[in-house]
Amino acid sequence: MPTTLTLRAQAAAEAASRPDAWAGWRRRWALRLPLLPALLVTVALTQLPFAMTLYYSLQRWNLLSLRPRRFVGLHNFVAAFNDSTFLHALGNTLLMTGSIVVCSVLAGTLLAVGLNRPFLGRNLLRTLAITPFFIMPVAAALFWKAALFDPSFGLFGWLTASLGLGRINWLSQHPMVSVVMISAWQWSSFVLMIILAGLQSFPEEVEEAALVDGATRAQIFRLLTLPHLRPFLELSALLVAMYALENFAAISQLTAGGPAYATTNLSYYVYLQAFSAFSIGRASAYGAVSLLVALALVTPLLRLVSGILRLEGR
Amino acid sequence: MSRLERARRDTRFGAAAAAATFGSLLMVAPIIWMVLTSLKTEEQAVSFPPALLFRPTLAHYRAALDDAFAGFALNSLLAAGLSTLIVIALAVPAAYALSVRPVAQWRDALFFFISTKMMPIAAGIVPLYLIARTLGLLNSLAVLVLLYVGMNLPLAIWMIRSFMIELPRELLEAARVDGAGPMREIGSIILPLIRPGLASTTLLCFLFAWNEYFLAVNFTSTTGTLTVFLQRFLSFGRLYTAQVAAVATLVNIPVVAAGWLAQRNLVRGLTFGAVK
Repeated sequence: MPTTLTLRAQAAAEAASRPDAWAGWRRRWALRLPLLPALLVTVALTQLPFAMTLYYSLQRWNLLSLRPRRFVGLHNFVAAFNDSTFLHALGNTLLMTGSIVVCSVLAGTLLAVGLNRPFLGRNLLRTLAITPFFIMPVAAALFWKAALFDPSFGLFGWLTASLGLGRINWLSQHPMVSVVMISAWQWSSFVLMIILAGLQSFPEEVEEAALVDGATRAQIFRLLTLPHLRPFLELSALLVAMYALENFAAISQLTAGGPAYATTNLSYYVYLQAFSAFSIGRASAYGAVSLLVALALVTPLLRLVSGILRLEGR
Repeated sequence: MSRLERARRDTRFGAAAAAATFGSLLMVAPIIWMVLTSLKTEEQAVSFPPALLFRPTLAHYRAALDDAFAGFALNSLLAAGLSTLIVIALAVPAAYALSVRPVAQWRDALFFFISTKMMPIAAGIVPLYLIARTLGLLNSLAVLVLLYVGMNLPLAIWMIRSFMIELPRELLEAARVDGAGPMREIGSIILPLIRPGLASTTLLCFLFAWNEYFLAVNFTSTTGTLTVFLQRFLSFGRLYTAQVAAVATLVNIPVVAAGWLAQRNLVRGLTFGAVK
């Protein structure tokens, strides 16, 4: 740890004489200087709003109401847990996020395993398979809604009708499935990229040695590849969860949170409270709760990342 | 290994390759379907069984470009482009201070940056909106540029840092012995060496800003980005399937290009440099 050593040396120098202390102070701030602009911008754009959200969440404040804003303590939070729609949204958030994670990790991992070994055209296929991740979610949702999900004019309606299942109206009969389907489609590409990187980093010699020792492919996968992949699987699941928690574009375009709040997740409910009901206090309280939900996810993610930083050993 | 075993392994591998081919094509099928639909007439687009052979028409692209599209496209370009430039300008020195000549608390700083990325935007949207309203920044590109800087900066810092940390120490030491200050060190030694990584970071930030919807739709309307354009002008569905497909194809050309170009270093950025 060269930095702690230099710091200790600086501290010693400071103790020795005053002018050196000044020099040490200047040196430390010279090191920090390049970091400061980014740090200040990030604090202003993220930490400040969060702090204000917490403050607003303790107030009764509606932009449409003539009543002045006032401090109401935890009233908004109590109201939140008495609001059945809010509880519904909380449940939807967990269901939606969980389903997207499971589906995309499963599909992405299967694809990655298939695309790991070289074969003719593999690089082209890999490029094609990761492309859904780049697609603008709003554009994807609009196109799926018009050309795939639409019961009378969509491809899916025709497919199910041809199979004798009738024209399923996906968005009204299976709204949650529809939202999960399109989101998992895009996030599978993301998982594919991460797991593929994990598979490529698996040492070939180990596999060859196991083959020589008479292990079957299935055994190698279960006993060697899968344990090696574990951190990659965890990382991709957590990252997908983190982003899927904020799923908004697909919901707003496909179902607008409906029918009857069936696909309203927390961030969509915050949006409804803030920009349809103009209830600043309520929306802030719900935002604060979504922060808590995110924290539950982020804590293991940070532990994972800190493990990686330690491995980096600097 | 007997010849028989080898042969069996090869056929099984052939089956895996076939499955992978099928899966990959299934993934890209909605996109291919979108491009095909955009080239059909509206009648062809909603007639089933779908025609795979048809005379392509560019009418929907012409109609899309006639509309307000150009203005919104310019807004998207400016919001994504300017925010990305600012992000890179802020992230390079910050990454330097967290890797090459690290501050004592580099670990804490890195954690701080990544943790802000993990907070849901819903938890900050209300104050941000009120601040923007007070400052008269609603429906302006400036507010989007600012918000996108906040959105992408942590990612860029982590990603650029992961490239800087791999630079050979001796090279940097040599430069320091030669008396290069931090500015010269960054400008003439580090940046040229990490150019591919920097390019990927830029493309990824651009991609995220270009595709961003939640902030764009809440903070802007007439001066919005293409995401707002899509939502406002194309939500009518039904007989406009081919038109929707054409606009959706158009708006995705830049991001798909950016994604393909950044492919090699993409994983690193998406995992905050955790996976190389």
